[in-house]
Amino acid sequence: MLPENLRQHAIATAVEAFDADAIVTGTFERGELTLEIAPGKIVSICGFLKYDQKFVRLSTVTAVDRYPSEPRFEVVYHLHAIEQKQRVRLKCRVYGADPAIESVTSVWRGANWYEREVFDLFGIQFLNHPDLRRIMMPDDWEGHPLRKDYPVTGTRI
Amino acid sequence: MSDPAIPGVSATAVAEEQPQPGPRRMVLNMGPQHPSTHGVLRLLLELDGETIMKCQPDIGYLHTGIEKEFEQKHYQQAVTLTDRVDYLAPLSNNLGWCLAVEKLLALEIPPQAQWMRVMLTELTRIQSHLVWLGTHAIDIGAMSVFLYCFREREDILRIFEMFSGQRMMTSYFRIGGLALEPPRGWHPRVKKFIDGFPSKVDEYESLLTNNRIWTGRTKGVGFISVEDMLDLGVTGPMLRAAGLKIDARKDEPYTSYEKFDFEVPTKTENDVFARYQIRVEEMRQSARIVKQAIEGMPPGAWKADAPHVVLPDREKMKTQMEALIYHFKIVTEGFRVPAGEVFQVIESPRGELGYYVVSDGTAHPYRVHMRTPSFGNLQCTPTLITGSLIADVIASIGSEDFVLGDTDR
Repeated sequence: MLPENLRQHAIATAVEAFDADAIVTGTFERGELTLEIAPGKIVSICGFLKYDQKFVRLSTVTAVDRYPSEPRFEVVYHLHAIEQKQRVRLKCRVYGADPAIESVTSVWRGANWYEREVFDLFGIQFLNHPDLRRIMMPDDWEGHPLRKDYPVTGTRI
Repeated sequence: MSDPAIPGVSATAVAEEQPQPGPRRMVLNMGPQHPSTHGVLRLLLELDGETIMKCQPDIGYLHTGIEKEFEQKHYQQAVTLTDRVDYLAPLSNNLGWCLAVEKLLALEIPPQAQWMRVMLTELTRIQSHLVWLGTHAIDIGAMSVFLYCFREREDILRIFEMFSGQRMMTSYFRIGGLALEPPRGWHPRVKKFIDGFPSKVDEYESLLTNNRIWTGRTKGVGFISVEDMLDLGVTGPMLRAAGLKIDARKDEPYTSYEKFDFEVPTKTENDVFARYQIRVEEMRQSARIVKQAIEGMPPGAWKADAPHVVLPDREKMKTQMEALIYHFKIVTEGFRVPAGEVFQVIESPRGELGYYVVSDGTAHPYRVHMRTPSFGNLQCTPTLITGSLIADVIASIGSEDFVLGDTDR
């Protein structure tokens, strides 16, 4: 459901016209538009934004851990339309048990490393990703450092 | 089969080394200690003869968990972390972080601080491009350019030292303005440098632009299509060398860049040589901006009037009770930042640098993500060098201008 105050934003209404079920909610704060998308619809919405709304660049993919609340993870996508000089933030909430979301590498090949980074540091699986391996940490590392329940300091022996 | 004239080589050993039928590919490991990878990049190259058939970059050797570290620091303390991300452009990173937090705080920055920021980030851009030019030339074989570039870089680092007391990890931009009052005598010092700088750029160009070895090694090398670059997340001079006029300073102006008169250079050749020309032209444009900043430096305060965020003057702290209390509060427990999230983009020397900051209303950032240009640029490496000769690998990856600290964070 698109909130009423976002009806004046062309991108938000375009996404709603494309697939009204996909939008969970949205905000417009500090000049930045955020749309929360149902996790199952992320690939089709990204495809729509890239090919129909000229968001040719995927700036970055990252995640936020809202531990201990559920759904625990927010996967955040920043999109950039060069010609229109616009940016939009997409967000998908993912549950903490076996977190997984569809990969957007089919839309932007550049999502590859960003999703690998999120997989490495948050432990979120990206389905249909071509090469889902750790990228920052060693391959045999245990745990996912950017999770909120991962300790910052080592244990004293 | 065997030649009995060669002692020590048995017939069976030679027979075992006979080439196998089918494609013969060799896997070559380059790095992570290769001097031309500018840090600790490791490339796994699959070769057929001298042609690269496949490339797999391996990064993460310099991962230091800076994003995790952010969550442990106060907003003001975290400035020191941003220096260490891209250690060739510390002030650009300072600026990105400060702007993001100031956006969350809805803080107004006085004009003098803004112009100082513009001046120093442009000097950072010159300094970073100088390192790139010098090291890239050394990689390709032009030794002396390095010495010329580092001569001017040294001047800029001395200017940074004059302002902040540090040559590289300056941390000079703070949330709300600058860390210290601009030092006495900065004006003639910067002016002297910047007046002489364009002739120095001519000097570099006279060493390289018509140099036959340089042009032979760079022209027509390292092509990658614009579509591929956009798809893979490449930004900065590489895109501009392919004819795309994209620059956050013009497209999404910050820190009053809209008040400065400068050009965004573009080229269409899209090879290593064009990237070199773009960076050289950017140095000239940055010098123009610095000059305008010096000449039009507005008078007034160098930090915002926000006592709950900005540290008070030392003098006030010693004479006013309130200033002392604010100082104590900011230093011991930091300041609270309203809950919310922002994504602040600036144009670093390498491309689009974005700070995504999530605040939960406390004195520590809840989550900080850095969209660093080197990470995006490096991702195009396999597409960039597949199909080219191994001799061109160094020239191609050098033209991306990545910093591994910026990539691995």
